[in-house]
Amino acid sequence: MLMTTLMIGLVLGGTYSLAALGMTMQYGVARIMNLAYGELMITASFATFVLFSTFEINPLLALPAVATGGFILSYVIYGLLMSPLAKRASDAGALEVDSILVTFGLLFLLQGILLVIFGADFTSYTFLNTPVEIFGVVLAANRLIALVAAVVLGGGLYLFINNSRWGRNLRAVATNPENAPLVGIDLERTARTAFAVGGMLAALAGVIVSMFQTFTATAGVIFTMKALIVVIMGGVGNFMGALLSGLILGLVEALVSSYIDPGLTLAAVYLIFLVILLWRPQGLYGKG
Amino acid sequence: MKKLNFGAAFKLAATAIVASSFSIVSTASAEKTVKIGYAVSKTGQNSAGANITTVPNYKLWVDQVNKGGGLKLPGGERRKIEVIEYDDRSSSEEAVRAVERLAVRDKVDFILPPWGTGFNLAIAPLMDKHNYPQLAVTAVTDKAPQFAKRWKKSFWFLGGGRDYATELSNILKSAKDAGKINGKISVVSVADGFGIDLIKAARPALKDAGFDLVYDKTFPIKTSDFSSMINDAKSKGADTFIAFSYPPHTFALVKQAQVVDFNPKIFYLGVGVGFPVFEKIAGKNIDGIMSLGGVNHKSEAFQKYAKTHMDLLGSPPDYWASSVTYASLQMLEQAIGRVGLDREAVAKEISSGSFDTILGNIKLKDNQLRTLWFAGQWQNNKFVGVSPSSREGATDVVIPKARWVKN
Repeated sequence: MLMTTLMIGLVLGGTYSLAALGMTMQYGVARIMNLAYGELMITASFATFVLFSTFEINPLLALPAVATGGFILSYVIYGLLMSPLAKRASDAGALEVDSILVTFGLLFLLQGILLVIFGADFTSYTFLNTPVEIFGVVLAANRLIALVAAVVLGGGLYLFINNSRWGRNLRAVATNPENAPLVGIDLERTARTAFAVGGMLAALAGVIVSMFQTFTATAGVIFTMKALIVVIMGGVGNFMGALLSGLILGLVEALVSSYIDPGLTLAAVYLIFLVILLWRPQGLYGKG
Repeated sequence: MKKLNFGAAFKLAATAIVASSFSIVSTASAEKTVKIGYAVSKTGQNSAGANITTVPNYKLWVDQVNKGGGLKLPGGERRKIEVIEYDDRSSSEEAVRAVERLAVRDKVDFILPPWGTGFNLAIAPLMDKHNYPQLAVTAVTDKAPQFAKRWKKSFWFLGGGRDYATELSNILKSAKDAGKINGKISVVSVADGFGIDLIKAARPALKDAGFDLVYDKTFPIKTSDFSSMINDAKSKGADTFIAFSYPPHTFALVKQAQVVDFNPKIFYLGVGVGFPVFEKIAGKNIDGIMSLGGVNHKSEAFQKYAKTHMDLLGSPPDYWASSVTYASLQMLEQAIGRVGLDREAVAKEISSGSFDTILGNIKLKDNQLRTLWFAGQWQNNKFVGVSPSSREGATDVVIPKARWVKN
């Protein structure tokens, strides 16, 4: 019983972590608080749906193409909308406020386009909804993919950021954007790439989530909210923190649902969120 | 050169404007229209429901009426429908504002209702104040009798939670008496308007019928993962699983039950089971799944309606409230044909007259439609009405549901 609950919680948490990785990159490094983040995920979900239902392309095969699309789209968005903001912003705080306003508009633009193309109908397809048994617990294969992707990507990005030259540039831009250019880091290019990689991760999450969750053109905001909680709880800009806090939230939901009451899952999530922020205002892995 | 071109273009444009304004005047004087307005959730969280059940039927009806020459008035004159449409963005305040605008500024002849129980309740006082009849179709409420008394020109078409819960409990009781299922039930419900209404009515009804609710939990509306709940429900040894759920939950529940091979003999889910998309989601395992609503597929009128719905809009109607929505519009059309555009008279006619619709002959009782399908079941890839079993076109319910097969 406990084993089942733990596995269910981890798999659920995997989805949360996965959804938050891209935002960690965009918010943590590029300093763009992207409120249209969920819309990008949903766009990727729709792209996967079209490829799968119209062209019969396996979503797992569609994944690299859609993720690349997410990268390119975000790269262009940064160039058109964010770059001017970043240039005129006097400090990181100003950029954050400006980006919230601009991406709030972007949210409605993307949502409007999706509504025109796909309508407001519920969209869902069945793919890999097959049982997989791990430690005697039966799980859906498509949800398991989300957990594996979150662990691999979250862990991989953590190692990469901490151990590579590009990762060091990213950390420099994230922690001290004013001084990074002094050591020869191209601020604009680094932030733009980080934003695009974040978009790629969002698209990737969108592809995987579409395999098991019903989505609509207007459902993006739910993902943005969840990702925001995970990112803040984990410590802005930290991939290990995002991974860990996503898993914690999933575990809490599953434990509360099984041992207390499914009605209290949301309350428990926000309670944990508050407790962690009271204990560590900078988030689990954040630097104070 | 540039200047010259500009001047010529200006002259041309001026001539065109003058010409077109004349044509507007002349058509307007030759052809009076009936203005019909509505505000529905074209965007926001309710848009999925509104765009499946409500908007397509408005479009279909207006299209058919206008193609047929327009709404018929008592003298035999026909007037085309002119539509004024607003998006309430899934906010009831916005819906109220839009209705006010339709009534005061646009001065429309009739206002069609928004989608959803809460929205219909939100605009009801305003509709009453401005003297518009309200065909509250997509509203499930036990208080319909009181509302119909309070707002005399309001009409309620989808029954109340108690109706659906009682019918379900009757089906389960006879299955138990026939030895088809045991006396245990697992039930989950969404902690929101419709789910609360239904579970409140279902608990006493099921207990009175001698059932033991071995698992009875509510869940928040934003829940997306049902692994824990399905596992716990499965472990209780109940033959019957009931979920009073909204579409995203309904879809997730059926998928999760298949993954963990949870095969209760009765599998009953909430809103969404009658949606066209459900066929894709449940796949081969659709047969046997039960829910609210249903239709009489044998009825020729329904078949014809479903075909035109498909032809014009590219999707079939949903199998619960779509046909009821369309029937309510037919009632409005016929009432206008009998008494004209006087709203007071139209309301009186809807309240007391009888109407030929795609659901057969309809006569409201105390401003409510009572001939409804309260339970349906997927059988041979059709969602058929099974209860009340006495109703014309009812199909026998199949228990137990077949075991899930691999999709």
